[in-house]
Amino acid sequence: MRAALFVLSLGAASAALAEIPADQRKSGADFMSAQTRAMQNDDATNPAMLSVLDGESRWSAKAGAGAKSCADCHGPAETSMKGVAARYPAFDAESGRPIDLAGRINSCVETRQQAQPLKPESPGLLALTAYVALQSRGMPVAPPSDERLASFRARGEELWRQRFGQLNFSCAQCHDDNWGRKLGSAPIPQAHPNAYPIYRLDWQGMGSLQRRLRNCMSGVRANAYPYGAPEFVDLELYLMQRAAGMPMETPGVRP
Amino acid sequence: MAGSMGRALINFPPKARKGDVIEIRTLLSHPMETGFRPDSYGRLIPRDIVNRFECLFNGEPVFACDLFSAISANPFMAFTMTATQSGELVFRWKDDTGAVMEEKRRFEVE
Ligand code: HEC
Ligand code: HEC
Repeated sequence: MRAALFVLSLGAASAALAEIPADQRKSGADFMSAQTRAMQNDDATNPAMLSVLDGESRWSAKAGAGAKSCADCHGPAETSMKGVAARYPAFDAESGRPIDLAGRINSCVETRQQAQPLKPESPGLLALTAYVALQSRGMPVAPPSDERLASFRARGEELWRQRFGQLNFSCAQCHDDNWGRKLGSAPIPQAHPNAYPIYRLDWQGMGSLQRRLRNCMSGVRANAYPYGAPEFVDLELYLMQRAAGMPMETPGVRP
Repeated sequence: MAGSMGRALINFPPKARKGDVIEIRTLLSHPMETGFRPDSYGRLIPRDIVNRFECLFNGEPVFACDLFSAISANPFMAFTMTATQSGELVFRWKDDTGAVMEEKRRFEVE
């Protein structure tokens, strides 16, 4: 019902497929109520900080065959992880593909700690990702200019513009052409990835950018890619490029 | 970890002057399972909520409350206290499993 109404209202306003000009870019937080924004901006009320705290203690917890902690190799996260989240996804020579931050962390868990890899969306992986990403808070999103990423980023942009699902919408139709309008009661944001992982009040918990993207895909009745799918990493690459220069806000809160 | 309780964020001004009214804010990680939600097999997930919160200062109650279903996960609590002397704040949460989590913090009056 909700979707049907939306289709009707979109019909009127879907002429141009234009990118958002830099001076009109807005963080997802700008579309939230003042209360939710205040909750995000105060570390004493931001529920995602509980996960960050968990990540902080995991950072120095020894694990795996070599009984090594992240801190044993990387030292204090405040220095070694500063700015890292702002430039991910990055190229991973081993797989010959881009890898996102959670993927990179998990590759350290698996190959360097020689421990069981953490499951996608598990509290441990979200906590470590949020803790590492917090070290970039306030820094501008800085996608690497690495040539090897170019074709994957282009693929991400293709996916962004491709229509999918039974409702036959592209990401761009909602987020480039109709941001600021409403879908049911939810304002359509511009889809910037600079606050992830987030605490979503609706989930009553933490979630990754991929969880958010899966929600958008099922919203248009498409089969969502599985967690860790290369398509998601390509989309993440394009989203970070699209948000280049915007300040990192992790850990965000969303309604 | 005590029951489903994981971590607590506790926030108040570390120092205050005698007579100041200070705000104390706490955020506890807890699923606050309502008891009304079915699992994927249709069986009700047993209720597991924080049902009691207390804050003591030098052993004297500052704030206490009972909690019920329909409070969201990770309950947030804010209350005030008049600064009289330096001492120790104790925070205590109890949940349906009977688990108790306790945190202690120093509070300084200048
Ligand atoms: C039918 C419209 C629609 C389509 C199509 C759509 N989205 Fe969304 N998207 C939304 C809405 C609405 C929200 C906000 C939901 C909320 O906050 O509850 C959202 C949120 C997001 C966010 C989170 C932004 C933030 O600030 O937290 C991202 C990222 C995103 N979408 C990316 C995508 C991508 C990538 C696609 C294509 C695979 C896509 N969306 C397709 C409507 C759409
Ligand atoms: C045995 C040592 C070791 C351990 C333990 C380890 N790492 Fe790493 N990590 C490395 C090395 C070496 C690199 C650089 C890899 C490269 O550049 O290809 C790295 C790279 C990274 C990166 C990417 C940094 C960048 O600048 O791109 C992140 C993020 C990271 N590790 C997180 C973690 C986390 C989180 C843990 C704990 C769960 C951890 N690592 C445990 C050795 C380790």
